[in-house]
Amino acid sequence: MDVLYLLVPLSVVLVFFIIGGVWWAIHRGQFDDIEQEGERILKD
Amino acid sequence: MAFSNSRATTYNDKIVRQFAVMTVVWGVVGMLVGVIIAAQLAWPELNLGISFLSYGRLRPLHTNAVIFAFGGCGLFATSYYVVQRTCQVRIFSDGLAAFTFWGWQLVILLAAVSLPLGFTTGKEYAELEWPIDILITVIWVSYAIVFFGTVGTRKVKHIYVANWFFGAFILAVALLHLVNSAEIPAGAMKSYSAYAGVQDAMVQWWYGHNAVGFFLTAGFLGMMYYFIPKQAGRPVYSYRLSIVHFWALIFTYMWAGPHHLHYTALPDWTQSVGMVFSLILLAPSWGGMINGIMTLSGAWHKLRDDPILRFLIVSLSFYGMSTFEGPMMSIKTVNALSHYTDWTVGHVHSGALGWVGLVTMGSMYYLIPKLFGQKQMYSVKAIEVHFYTATIGIVLDIAAREIAGVMQGLMWRSINADGILTYTFVESVKASFPFYVLRLLGGLLYLGGMIVMYGTPS
Repeated sequence: MDVLYLLVPLSVVLVFFIIGGVWWAIHRGQFDDIEQEGERILKD
Repeated sequence: MAFSNSRATTYNDKIVRQFAVMTVVWGVVGMLVGVIIAAQLAWPELNLGISFLSYGRLRPLHTNAVIFAFGGCGLFATSYYVVQRTCQVRIFSDGLAAFTFWGWQLVILLAAVSLPLGFTTGKEYAELEWPIDILITVIWVSYAIVFFGTVGTRKVKHIYVANWFFGAFILAVALLHLVNSAEIPAGAMKSYSAYAGVQDAMVQWWYGHNAVGFFLTAGFLGMMYYFIPKQAGRPVYSYRLSIVHFWALIFTYMWAGPHHLHYTALPDWTQSVGMVFSLILLAPSWGGMINGIMTLSGAWHKLRDDPILRFLIVSLSFYGMSTFEGPMMSIKTVNALSHYTDWTVGHVHSGALGWVGLVTMGSMYYLIPKLFGQKQMYSVKAIEVHFYTATIGIVLDIAAREIAGVMQGLMWRSINADGILTYTFVESVKASFPFYVLRLLGGLLYLGGMIVMYGTPS
């Protein structure tokens, strides 16, 4: 099953991207005042 | 087409309009092909002895048309609409967006010609041959530039949750397409996969399952998180839960592919990993479903007289049903009965017709009048008719396939006392006949609803 040496690392790299995404979102204040964001789309 | 609102002059609604119209057109075409092959299952002579019309060539045409033409255009239309509204900025590049429209239509036409002619890689949901694969890659990169360019130039600090889902869908599909379509050309319309044997099978179902997870789920969840709150006039039930839903879902989906290869040459542990992750998937899936449905909490009466909302909410209940059924079917002992039968096909159609189809139609009914400067569709009654024909169609279709599937599974595994199979294969085909007719009827109803949609001017 050599292909798992491609697919598993690929999926692990993807997990790192996902973790990076969460980290970015938290530290850039994406989740600071979260519940009002749901309301905002109703206004335009 | 005159614009009636001032917003239309700042946002690029032309591209949304084009994709929205083609969503309806390709919906009719793709479902018609589905009805034709459903009829061929019951009466095989309906291929008229013409190779272009044979089941094996029309089936990939049907799946490609409904997933990538109908579903794809729906995703392009809604993502372009939603990203502009929620980021409050015009789309990043009008020219590149127009290129994605014309390019995508070209891909669809090439598929409609090459598949009946018999050009295929033989990889499910990735049948198109290598020149078309390259074209898809170019269009998809342009799509990513347009979408992420728009997000990057947004005027609002927060990125609305729907955009996260759309973004994940675009990135994941790019990765899946590149890895799975790796192939060595052997002529203008012929290629060999870069992988062989069970390796190829594993790559194929890593792709196949994630196509379901990211194309048919994440993308349409983006639709759901925008159009349900808009149509209901209420914010999503829990915005916090929608964030958890997103990260949990995209983390889990990537590992579930091996459940398509139970009891094959794939190593046992890989099958088990796939099964475990499929079971875990139930949690984020239902979290999202409950979040969407509970958006109506305290306003359930809206379902009584708003057929568009009914489309959207019923789509979520089908999403809930298929994301419960899916993990159950991934359990090896259940899979031993269900695999290779019509049960699997029924499961797919519960997700495709129920979830993907209805959520797209609901979103289009919200979107199309707005794009053409109208208050609502020309006839609300017609939406009502569409809703009921579609829902009854789905129920007939799924019930027929799942009953037939369990029956086939039981017939195939039935063994006489002396160790001989009780039934020959053809006996199970014969026993399936009434269910094939029933599923054709369900498909006809569903197609009928779509034709009502096509015939209703905004």
